[in-house]
Amino acid sequence: MIAFFQILLAALLLFGCAFILLGALGLVRFSDFFKRLHAPTKASTLGVGCVLVCSVAYHLVLGEDPQPRELLVTVFLFITAPISAHLMAKAALSLMMESRPEVPGERGVSEEE
Amino acid sequence: MNGPTIFTAALVLCMHMVGLAMLLALWRLLRGPTLPDRILALDTLSVTAIAELMLFGMYIDSAIYFEAALVIAMLGFCSTVVLSKFVLRRDIVE
Repeated sequence: MIAFFQILLAALLLFGCAFILLGALGLVRFSDFFKRLHAPTKASTLGVGCVLVCSVAYHLVLGEDPQPRELLVTVFLFITAPISAHLMAKAALSLMMESRPEVPGERGVSEEE
Repeated sequence: MNGPTIFTAALVLCMHMVGLAMLLALWRLLRGPTLPDRILALDTLSVTAIAELMLFGMYIDSAIYFEAALVIAMLGFCSTVVLSKFVLRRDIVE
């Protein structure tokens, strides 16, 4: 039973770390900042959530100090990741106003006028 | 191959993968063409540091790295917010 549980935890760990690595790879490989913003803020957050849940289960079942304290970090990360991504997108928009693509509806409106 | 062997092998492999992710984020932090790229790389670096600390805490079978991970999470969020506010307004305490 313990061995099956450990194999399950190893699978969860590999899943989460694959997502962390994909997020960092997307941070390096994508071409634009607004494309780069997607990879770490979503994929890496999911990966760290998986690793922290795995740590909670590991210390709960196999360790000697069973307290679900890592859930605090998980909840904190899942609350703060969208806020920081929103603020970074606002900062990038304020810096790169001239390289923004045109808003789709505006040309049609000006042609009608 | 029994359960603890598989789990320890997966743990070591995951520590290497997260370390590679930290190196990629560090490359983007050093090279990043614009300022928001560097802020994003710093945020990613703090998130991956949390994962690496929790993996190391599981590897040596202790729970003392939880406090370090919590502090890194809070300081990473605050630094991201403050750097973005500085880029937005050039003034942090308004």
